[in-house]
Amino acid sequence: MSVTAGSDGIKDITTPLTDADVQSLKAGDRVRISGVIYTARDAAHGRLLPLIEKGEKLPIDVKGAIIYYTGPTPPQPGQVIGAIGPTTASRMDKFTPALLKLGLKGTMGKGYRGQPVKDALREYRGVYFGAIGGAGAVLSRHIKTAEFVAYEDLGTEAIRRLEVEAFPAIVINDCHGGDLYQDGQKQYARE
Amino acid sequence: MTRDVHVSAIADAVKKLCMEANVSLEPDVLRAFDRALTTERSPAGRQVLQILKDNAELARTKRIPYCQDTGMVVCFVELGQDVHVTGGGLEAAINEGIRQGYKEGYLRASIVKSPFDRVNTGDNTPGVVHVDVTPGAALKIMIMAKGGGCENRSRYTMLTPAAGLPGVKDFVIECVKTAGPDACPPLILGVGIGGTFEKAAILSKKALFRELGSPNPDPMVDALEKELLDKANRLGIGPQGYGGDTTSLGIHILTYPCHITSLPVAVTIECHAHRHKEVTL
Ligand code: SF4
Repeated sequence: MSVTAGSDGIKDITTPLTDADVQSLKAGDRVRISGVIYTARDAAHGRLLPLIEKGEKLPIDVKGAIIYYTGPTPPQPGQVIGAIGPTTASRMDKFTPALLKLGLKGTMGKGYRGQPVKDALREYRGVYFGAIGGAGAVLSRHIKTAEFVAYEDLGTEAIRRLEVEAFPAIVINDCHGGDLYQDGQKQYARE
Repeated sequence: MTRDVHVSAIADAVKKLCMEANVSLEPDVLRAFDRALTTERSPAGRQVLQILKDNAELARTKRIPYCQDTGMVVCFVELGQDVHVTGGGLEAAINEGIRQGYKEGYLRASIVKSPFDRVNTGDNTPGVVHVDVTPGAALKIMIMAKGGGCENRSRYTMLTPAAGLPGVKDFVIECVKTAGPDACPPLILGVGIGGTFEKAAILSKKALFRELGSPNPDPMVDALEKELLDKANRLGIGPQGYGGDTTSLGIHILTYPCHITSLPVAVTIECHAHRHKEVTL
């Protein structure tokens, strides 16, 4: 079991994730993620899709993994990585169901997901985390190591393997149909 | 009397503005975070605002970019008509400054050369440059590092004059709703009303340079800004869209005369990473 509840009400998550881990997460849960996660965004997804369609091996093992949608700034000398906040997730909607089908358990970004992604989260048991958009400097402190694993020619859009420690996030869409964006807005809307 | 300004001074100034803007938020934005913290009811929302403040502090002290999307540089220049730019072209000098600033500041190169082949230019150039020629011999350069996520939710509409003020209000609020969590709320809105299609869009960008929280000099427009801000903050979207009262930190409007048949409205969506700086040479 790699999800445990901290005494402060925040859930600690260690990758990789199992179906049971995913099922224990609910929209609105605050989490701290530790372990290995991968970065990929528009261009990298664009290269993964044809491989999936042809049934070829992917450069990363997506089983149980979390993909973080981000394009960091270059590290300064002596830094592991530069600023590293999330990018808009909906641009990856086209690719996400196919990856979830292959066993990907988590995606992390910011902003709404489309219905096909939410359906796929239910069907294949996946979870969508929100990271704080624009908190690039704070989030960089939670990255312990960063290395390229594929498509280095894409620069900021390359696939990286990150070791993260207590990376703060929140569950936006769970595998039970829960949606923090909808719930939160309903709770605070004033007509 | 004309005054000579060499392109190297312009490039140097732009370089510094780009590097500073990306690590050091202006005090108007930080004050807006503090104001929001006093009114935000949602615990998750307050926590986000606090992290944004911490992020600003860390960015400034460690010189890590505030946000990894270090933006496309949008540059407004007020070029005094008595200024003589020497040694090369004005726009080339601005782009040289961007090139140097993004390299030296370890900022992200986020610009592709062609909208079709999408090959990165590697140095975040070119920027988007707007020049106004003004009386006098001053050269004012204002830059904004404009994030893509929020820019992508910017919108334009051409209303009929009959749609009037209510139509404008509905459109602006609609823009906030569709931007939602995608544009990293709390948002700042620049709204251009009037002119022509392109004039309204440029005004919507320019409006963002006014000090956040300062009143609009036109009392009628000021009241409209406040009404829209209140409406936006009643939507419940809140910081990062997690639910809350702080969906927007400010709505700034610029207007311009327009044709008897037209009511153009452009809305630039800006995020809390409102990185703007200016200098007068
Ligand atoms: S919308 Fe703004 S805060 Fe969010 S990722 Fe883009 S530039 Fe950063």
